[in-house]
Amino acid sequence: MPPAPTTTAESSRAGDFARVLSRRIHEVGPLIGLVLLGIAGTYLNPDFATVDNILNVLTRTAFIGIIAIGMTFVIISGGIDLSVGSMAALIAGSMILLMNAIAESIASPVLVVVIGIVFALVLGALFGLAHGLLITKGRIEPFIVTLGTLGIFRAYLTYFANGGAITLDNEVSDVYSPVYYSSLLGVPIPIWVFLVTALVGGLVLNRTKYGRYVQAIGSNEQVARYAAVEVDRIKIATYVILGICVGVATVLYVPRLGSASPTTGLLWELEAIASVIVGGTALKGGEGRIAGTVIGAILLSVISNILNLTSIISVYLNAAVQGVVIIIVAFMQRSRR
Amino acid sequence: MSLAVEFRSVVKRFGPVEVLHGVSFRIEPGRVVGLLGENGAGKSTLVKILSGYEQATGGDFTINSTPHSFASSREAEHEGVVLIHQEFNLAEHLTIAENIFLGHERVKGWLLDDEAMNAAAREAMQQVGLTVSPATRVRDLIVAEKQLVEIAKALSRNARLLVMDEPTATLTPSETERLFALIGQLKARGVTIVYISHKLDEVERITDELVIMRDGSFVTAVPTRGTSRQQMANLMVGRDVSDMYPVKDPVPNAAPLLKVSGFSVPGWAEDVSFDVRPGEILGFAGLVGAGRTELFEGLLGLRPRRAGRVEIDGHEAVLDTPRDGVRHGIAYLSEDRKGKGLHVTLGLRENLTLVALDRYAHPLLDPAAERRALRDKVAEFGIRTGDLENRAASLSGGNQQKLALAKFLHVDPKIIVLDEPTRGVDVGAKRDIYFLVQRLAREGRAVIVISSELVELIGLCHRVVVMRAGRVQGTLAGDRLTEEELIAHATGTHDHR
Repeated sequence: MPPAPTTTAESSRAGDFARVLSRRIHEVGPLIGLVLLGIAGTYLNPDFATVDNILNVLTRTAFIGIIAIGMTFVIISGGIDLSVGSMAALIAGSMILLMNAIAESIASPVLVVVIGIVFALVLGALFGLAHGLLITKGRIEPFIVTLGTLGIFRAYLTYFANGGAITLDNEVSDVYSPVYYSSLLGVPIPIWVFLVTALVGGLVLNRTKYGRYVQAIGSNEQVARYAAVEVDRIKIATYVILGICVGVATVLYVPRLGSASPTTGLLWELEAIASVIVGGTALKGGEGRIAGTVIGAILLSVISNILNLTSIISVYLNAAVQGVVIIIVAFMQRSRR
Repeated sequence: MSLAVEFRSVVKRFGPVEVLHGVSFRIEPGRVVGLLGENGAGKSTLVKILSGYEQATGGDFTINSTPHSFASSREAEHEGVVLIHQEFNLAEHLTIAENIFLGHERVKGWLLDDEAMNAAAREAMQQVGLTVSPATRVRDLIVAEKQLVEIAKALSRNARLLVMDEPTATLTPSETERLFALIGQLKARGVTIVYISHKLDEVERITDELVIMRDGSFVTAVPTRGTSRQQMANLMVGRDVSDMYPVKDPVPNAAPLLKVSGFSVPGWAEDVSFDVRPGEILGFAGLVGAGRTELFEGLLGLRPRRAGRVEIDGHEAVLDTPRDGVRHGIAYLSEDRKGKGLHVTLGLRENLTLVALDRYAHPLLDPAAERRALRDKVAEFGIRTGDLENRAASLSGGNQQKLALAKFLHVDPKIIVLDEPTRGVDVGAKRDIYFLVQRLAREGRAVIVISSELVELIGLCHRVVVMRAGRVQGTLAGDRLTEEELIAHATGTHDHR
């Protein structure tokens, strides 16, 4: 083999710099946006930059943020899941029904809650497994499969709730509520769970074989198949991971209100997908970052927080402002590939 | 009237990178000019500037002594300059007629005049010898027919200078013959033709003169007559390509490493049997569609298959997925580099280690070890890249192929199947790949080479299996391994002995 000749040193160095710079801008773009929002929020209302408010925003971000981390895996692998909001509602409802039912025969409320939590996580994993099997073995578009289950999940919750709300028994609720309301080292539990989920997600995505395979499949599924990657198993696993994330988010959400109704988790799928996209993950798959998703989720809830604290724009227009942000971000990223 | 072109110090920069450094030469009217150069020499960029797909950064060109610069391919077409792309520019879901008139639709009032367009399309198709209905959808055509549609489209726009970029890359020998006859007719009508190809035998046959480019510069222009292929190759590479193929080693007398018997892939291959020994290079010849690629895809579980027995090292092996193949020491490098071979949007490192990723997971991946492996392989395979952090898309065709080879050889397979390993690869890289194949065989591996280039199979392989319509027509070796015999078997015109 001939030795590799060196390319023109100057031109390639200048090119490197430009490339690294443009790569970095895409990575730190959402972070810059978040910082600017923070400055604007502080300027508009002095209450914004208080520790209490920031912890409040992060706690509220946790549900969507955890789901968005799972969604990042699905989207990077080239898939999508529209059902997560309905899935959260159905898991919440089923979990409450189960806990109410066993509370009569099991004396320890703590055990009831533990069983409820395990049940929620297993149910999420099973829903994800069903999605994954229908998509890979059944060869149906992920958009269609999850559009279908979006309807199915919410309809069953409504049916179980008889159109109203499913409410957790008081005794169990008293034991369960600290999962949402209490703090560790001054930081609410949901934020800790969000943080741990993000760290584990980032590690799995960037530093494991599995994460590399997810990116390879999203970049080009056919090439991955020819490179001996077990495409179906990896894809099924992304939906299972997302299902478990939805389970975790629901486990944190239920003690907050202690009930589930047909409006529980409404439009969560949009917020989760938006967080992923705002965070710089390409909707067509192949590349993305967990850190970006976390920032994307926080950015979206900071927007609604600022609208709540100030009176410049009506709170009712929250979704509209978020929509504008999503479109702006997509516009800035459009030339990326 | 025929068109003459003169390039005057054409410079092209992409950002800070200059890819054409002041190219000047003339193309005489009504001639067939071969444009030769290795991948990355700047041929494609130059013809894109000529046909309006790119604009020169500096310098210009004249057409019949008038300076021109085309802002779009449409402007170029208006002057009669048409480029036929390597990858076709056809809308698969539209009909032939709709494609031919795309952007130039004929209308009757507010509505499309399909009748007139179909009639005019039929006329253009007749000139190129395409006999199907103009209402056929392009996706239903075979590759050769799509190419004819491209040419018919060019003719219907009154092309007087036709640039063809690797037109025969996906054609069978008989389709290539048809294209050459057509080129002859076009030339007789005064159309100037610029012909870009890596296949020197074709260039030798079809062109009147040659323009050679290297590293973004014009090297020389010579008449084709009196220039040997050896000289062409030397001019392109800029050094002496003394002999393209390594001397064949004798095959060690050993039991077959891979033995396939009675293997069938429904719709593609029927009752195929062959074996290959360690140290042997076994070729697979046949026309496009003979089922060679599909046979091996079926063998590795990438396609449904039926019946057949596969023995590896004397033991029956069940290969249901490519993963099983890797476990049994078989690697398959696809002919479709961008579609099945490499992740062009991922980095070089991620591509190199993908198949052998187990080795870098403990259980967390070790990027530093991956980077070391990449540095080693870049040196070992002679992959030319500016930056190791680049995406695979930034490499030229030949270097992508070397990376793909490195990727599939990274699992250290005993049996290696290379499907069209030198397709779209320049002369220098081809030679590197041939010597690599020999090295692999010398190391005691069994190498299978599927190729449409007969010269390559003859120069490289110990034995060649010829397939036709999914069946093995014969296995040629020694004195019988000639172009004539290969073609006769591939087309089914050999005498059955």
